[in-house]
Amino acid sequence: MTHTLLHQILDYANRADPYPIYEELRRTPVHHEADGPYVISTYYEIRSLLHDPRISSDARNQASAGADPLAESAPEGSALPPSFLRLDPPEHDRMRRMTNRHFGPPHSPHRVDAMRPELHDIVAGLIDGLGDPGRIDLVEEFAYPFPVTVICRLLGVPREDEARFHTWADTLAASLDPDPDADPAERGKGAHEARMQLGMYLAGLIEERRKNPGDDMLSQLATAKGQDGPMTTMELLSTAALLLIAGHETTVNLISNGMLTLLRNPDVLQRLRAEPRLAVPIVEELLRFEPPVQLLPGRTTLADVDVRGVTIPKGSTLWLVLASGNRDPQRFENPDRFDPDRPDIQHLGLGSGIHSCFGAPLARLEAQLALSELARRLENPRLLDDPPQYRQNAVLRGPRHLRIACDGIRP
Amino acid sequence: MPWTSRPRRCPVLGDGALEQLKREGRIVVVGASLAGLRAAETLRAKGFVGSLTMIGDEPYEPYDRPPLSKGVLLGRARAHRTALPRLRSVDATWRLGVPATGLDMAARRVRLADGDDVPYDRLLIATGVRARPWPRPEEAELDGVFVLRTRDEGAALARRLDEGPKRVLVIGGGFAGSEVASACRERGLPVTVAERGAAPLVGALGGVVAAVAAGLHREHGVDLRCGVMVTALEGDASGRVRAAHLSDGSTVETDVVVVSLGALRNTEWLNGSGLGAGPRGIACDAGCRAFDIRGIVTDDIYAAGDVARCPHPLFGYQFLSLEHWGNAVAQAGIAAHNMLSESIDRLPHMDVPAFWSSQFGVNVKSVGVPSMATDILISQGSLDSRRFVGVYGYQGRVIGAVSFDHGRWLPFYKELIERTAPFPPQFPTVDRHTDGQQPMDADFPDPSVPSHGPTVTLSGYSPADRRMTFTPAH
Repeated sequence: MTHTLLHQILDYANRADPYPIYEELRRTPVHHEADGPYVISTYYEIRSLLHDPRISSDARNQASAGADPLAESAPEGSALPPSFLRLDPPEHDRMRRMTNRHFGPPHSPHRVDAMRPELHDIVAGLIDGLGDPGRIDLVEEFAYPFPVTVICRLLGVPREDEARFHTWADTLAASLDPDPDADPAERGKGAHEARMQLGMYLAGLIEERRKNPGDDMLSQLATAKGQDGPMTTMELLSTAALLLIAGHETTVNLISNGMLTLLRNPDVLQRLRAEPRLAVPIVEELLRFEPPVQLLPGRTTLADVDVRGVTIPKGSTLWLVLASGNRDPQRFENPDRFDPDRPDIQHLGLGSGIHSCFGAPLARLEAQLALSELARRLENPRLLDDPPQYRQNAVLRGPRHLRIACDGIRP
Repeated sequence: MPWTSRPRRCPVLGDGALEQLKREGRIVVVGASLAGLRAAETLRAKGFVGSLTMIGDEPYEPYDRPPLSKGVLLGRARAHRTALPRLRSVDATWRLGVPATGLDMAARRVRLADGDDVPYDRLLIATGVRARPWPRPEEAELDGVFVLRTRDEGAALARRLDEGPKRVLVIGGGFAGSEVASACRERGLPVTVAERGAAPLVGALGGVVAAVAAGLHREHGVDLRCGVMVTALEGDASGRVRAAHLSDGSTVETDVVVVSLGALRNTEWLNGSGLGAGPRGIACDAGCRAFDIRGIVTDDIYAAGDVARCPHPLFGYQFLSLEHWGNAVAQAGIAAHNMLSESIDRLPHMDVPAFWSSQFGVNVKSVGVPSMATDILISQGSLDSRRFVGVYGYQGRVIGAVSFDHGRWLPFYKELIERTAPFPPQFPTVDRHTDGQQPMDADFPDPSVPSHGPTVTLSGYSPADRRMTFTPAH
């Protein structure tokens, strides 16, 4: 393996602490190696490009741009049409609008907040079910099952099917987490199989909900007749898959990174225990400090674009390194300090512009509830491994296991 | 922001007057609304511990206005529940419900309507604007005739709409008038909009975009009448409005009239004070320091918000007065900072103007000064779909942009304005349609023809709008 900065970002050896590499990257805000992507690492430049209509998110444009070391781990190599994450307007706007109609304001302003009691119950149940307090894997036992259960409830997956759903979700998520020791062909096959089964399951569920709609999101998406007309079954499937995948792996990492950071900052953990409402600024600072999505690799220039005096040619692939922008000292004072009291924290952790995180309100609420309840109920928690074992994935970065011990679990 | 990267020089502390001002000075803020409150908060944040007096003509603590023409009219928010959140304690003496009536610049005192006067070492004027009333007082006083600017006015109009009037007439199709019409339609009330120009919003955004706005009105069932003026309002025997007569000879039977003819700047109380204040506002330098009528900048009087007029380098150093929420916040911060700073540390207010509106389910946003433009290019989306970005051009450069349901792209266009990018922009964009390949005439009305008041006023005139005798020295 060569030691270019690009390879260092991808190198698993740097997964536990990629921030020194980002610091080095920022010395060249527009970093380009051979025929690789143009890597943007400074706050203002990233933010600018996120609003730049000359930058396309359409997977088809990127495919023609080629030459991307991350291309192999593309999350959506299936027969489904691209989700709105990988579309440009006007298609993007239509799909996102139709989906948002049943998720957020103005049409569904209370949807997420109304889930609060249910989320609280799920969190409480998972903490109740934690095994030996001396040996907890917080990822396996808590951070992982929580978001999948939530997305099941949101989409309207019947309780009795949740276990099957979890299995498919795990397999798919694992396929986003390339393990260098596993046989890629074998893993690819497993993921393909899981995707097929999940797709067929969802298709069946959509059919069922068309006939007997409930008040879940899938029913509403399946029966909607707004100004944009109904979604086709294929569009619905790719939207459901997007909600599942994007709304899942990221939240796991937000919660695991969050608990890891809190255990490394016991004073903040202590404050959170006393004052649960601190969870709000803590989660915002986490999104800056340890964002679950480290970089956006999927953007392509539709024209020559000048950034900091460098002309990025038309048709180039961009990597926008959000996690680096979040630690840019030009933007944040003491950026490497975890400080939930920051008065000004317009981070890039959820992106910006038209592709800014669709699930943000839910992700925030999930993380706030999870962290404040863990802080309240775990007695004297401590890390057993620091740093913990990380996932392979450099883009969706987070611990694979987070082994902790505590003296007991409060009721 | 170029000025923030300027190398800091050692502050000139002089005789320590600034430190003394911060410690024991007296600062008076006239105008207890958004700009006044944010300025007060900034003063405290910057270490001012002296006495602070907030003077407001309304009896309320500072409140937010945007909900008054939206949520309040829809019954989703209550007018008396729109108090602005406090970002920090301001520890001020509040003189609410007492208008300022005069200014003695030499004695450094503000006179109040109750006969009191308040001394100051630094004065911030943030008296804003008020709704332009219906010009004939006897008609304006008819029951059912409203203007909409204050909390009380918002509450009164909302109450009347709750009663289910037979028809609402909105006079003036600017942003406020359009928002009122939109709220009425959302409540299912019949509404007529009478606009003197060719279409709603035409003064602010030009005819091309105004045609889209007109389509929105009509599609949502507004009885839109353009190119007409309301010539008279007619009341019944009990003094309640019953009809409006239009310049085309037609009559609209109505029991609620909302007069939405723009705003008047609250500067009358400064008449005769010697400050460069007039109907266009208070002339200031880019650091919000007010000019006197001789064109000399004062060092102790500042202005911020709707009432201020500041020269802007990006727009030909024209004086801009802006009725924009964000402008009030930004100018308040700049004025407060400069009040407490040595000259070398003062900051200019150079924000690119920006505002938003919400009407008929569409989010409208604008940056720059569209009304200064001659041309427009639809760079993203399409007029037909009513989702688009329009870029405004003036003398070969980008001067403004507007979006309908495309607001997340606007920061990009703001950057184009800030770096005086060429117009028309030559690059391809996502969502570029075939009808957006060529610029066209933006179709702004002749500014000498009165229309509803635009929210941006450009005026490159002398600081004081009053006549002066010019006597050249020999």
